[in-house]
Amino acid sequence: MSVELISANHAAALAATLAGRANRTARGFCSGVYPITPTTECMEYLCGQEIEKGKVVRVDSEHSAMGVCIGASSAGARSFTATSSNGLAYMLENCVAAASYRLPIVMAVSNRTLGPPWNIWADHGDSLLLRDLGWLQFYCADNQEVFDTVLCAFKLAEDPRVLMPAVSCMDGFILSHTMAQVEIPEQKLVDHFLPTTKVPHRLNQSAHTLGQLEIPQQAVAHRTQHHQAMSAALPVYTEIQDSFEEIFGRRVADPVVAYHADDADTLIVSMGTIGATAERVVDQLREQGQRVGSIRVRMFRPMPENDLRKYFAGTKRIAVLDRNISLGFGGVLWGEIRGFADPGAIVQGYMVGVAGGDVRREHIINLLTDLQQCQTETVPKIVEVA
Amino acid sequence: MNEPALHGMAQTRKDRSAPVLRPGNTNCGGCGMSNLLQMLSRAAENNDIKIVIPACCAAITTGMFPESSISVPTILTTFAAGASVATGVASVAQLNNEETRVICLAGDGGTYDIGMGTLSAAAERNEDILYICYDNEIYGNTGGQRSSATPTGASTTTTLGGKSEVKKDIMGIMAAHHIPYAASISLAHADDTLRKLRFALNVKGFRFLHVLSPCPTGWKSEPAVSIELVRLAVRSGLFPVFEVFDGDHYTINIEPDFSSEALLMYLSLQRRFRKSGVTEEAIRPNIERYWHQLRAMSGRIMPAIRDIKTG
Repeated sequence: MSVELISANHAAALAATLAGRANRTARGFCSGVYPITPTTECMEYLCGQEIEKGKVVRVDSEHSAMGVCIGASSAGARSFTATSSNGLAYMLENCVAAASYRLPIVMAVSNRTLGPPWNIWADHGDSLLLRDLGWLQFYCADNQEVFDTVLCAFKLAEDPRVLMPAVSCMDGFILSHTMAQVEIPEQKLVDHFLPTTKVPHRLNQSAHTLGQLEIPQQAVAHRTQHHQAMSAALPVYTEIQDSFEEIFGRRVADPVVAYHADDADTLIVSMGTIGATAERVVDQLREQGQRVGSIRVRMFRPMPENDLRKYFAGTKRIAVLDRNISLGFGGVLWGEIRGFADPGAIVQGYMVGVAGGDVRREHIINLLTDLQQCQTETVPKIVEVA
Repeated sequence: MNEPALHGMAQTRKDRSAPVLRPGNTNCGGCGMSNLLQMLSRAAENNDIKIVIPACCAAITTGMFPESSISVPTILTTFAAGASVATGVASVAQLNNEETRVICLAGDGGTYDIGMGTLSAAAERNEDILYICYDNEIYGNTGGQRSSATPTGASTTTTLGGKSEVKKDIMGIMAAHHIPYAASISLAHADDTLRKLRFALNVKGFRFLHVLSPCPTGWKSEPAVSIELVRLAVRSGLFPVFEVFDGDHYTINIEPDFSSEALLMYLSLQRRFRKSGVTEEAIRPNIERYWHQLRAMSGRIMPAIRDIKTG
């Protein structure tokens, strides 16, 4: 185990490299990559790595990047790519295909605002495009978590009970370009942690066709299988946490990261790096005697509903901080989780840090002041933090 | 002309034991793609092949899950992703030292139009792919809309009075990528077709084959005359049959007779040219311009003294 000072982009690429090498005794590693700010350094780093039985194809577009991943994965290899923002939007058609083929491709997304107007700063609107497509989704809050999540994502995506693509998200620049210490395990341990990739329906010698025409009854049966596999991912993830701890000697974060949530009467719910800031706010307010807690939704798909219900039980006031806007509705996370709170609880949506605004502690404290004054839930509020 | 009468569809001992295109498929009668796949069965023999099919008629040909009309491992991709998915499949085969030929089978829409960028990029990277474009000159799968492969004067559901622009020069574009091998294929010349398929299957790097693929449904022609239509397109000079090695060495394989008879027969046997009333005079300059350029590229300034009827 070594400790390196690297950015989250490099951490994601390093995790993919180690995972790629771990598959050298099987069908190898093949990845299609294309640059886009702020993910570029992830794919650059990957292009600079020597991967035994591995190939990184520098393609012509994000659409082709995912195309190469689909081809590689359907041929039985381990596959990885990284993108952001409009790149992800351009890739989206093939993201649908990757999920529906049930291929265990892993992607790193450095979250960035969708343009135009052109804006390179963090917003979760890009990866949320994948919300309903059958991708496992994680949102990370620090560099170590990005590394660990990418590694775990391969194991989770390739588990025969799950078998679908996974995306690990990091806030653009806030994480992607921030250097921090990351513990990097040795290849031998990664080999031990990650079994070789097995895609049971891969193109082998038998005559079969992937992605054929289906009548509605067949298509709904496949959708149902996919949906059920999503639910299966939650218990499988717990197994992976155990195996990760056993091999690497530390525990990878839970699907829901709770901070002083058990006795809290007020909760701050968020995803990504805002969650880390929220935890510092909790520290500050706890010192002042307020019973505030933080909930960071790390696994967004499948949605860890039971965990959230458990933490929400007995909580009267919940502020949901969304770094995204579903135009005409409100924050996506708010919309999804407000039904999990107790009846009568105030679940107030705040869209904060949208399009890259820098969310600082004082902003969150102001939101909590606003929440305490709420008599009833109101429409979600857009909060400017710039 | 090398064109033995029986070099066609009959299964022989040399052929692949299970035909690539299985019987009972839903292709229209007279579909050029069916002929192509039959020829491919013969050319591929029992070598290991994998097929990547972007959205096009061939994707429908495979049929309904869980049966398939294609007897080799196949993946159906999104419309523009044929060459990129094939890149992934071919790369993994290469990493594992497998003697697999990865074939991308795409229509003209997926090649000339939506898949152009992906195709160009895969050719530039010289991926180990055999890319076959069966060109029926329309979006056949969606009911016959104009594509950039549609020839001048042809009516489609989106150019009711006939297309006014000239067909895109796909062979010129692919040759300009300096890929190891690019060839146009006439289904009416089985020997030439088989030779090219066999050669292309065994070359390393990016290979491109352009096949004029009659579509009786879209061309409004009789299924029985499909092969004859290809022959007329070749004879008239409308569809030049040639091959390009490494982007610079051009060989013209079949010398047309450039006869008015062939051109007029070609136009009149298809109702798609009726509405525009496109004439020989309108088409002839384009044919001449193309052949002028082709002869210059092939180093053959004068037509070969060889008549198409006598061979």
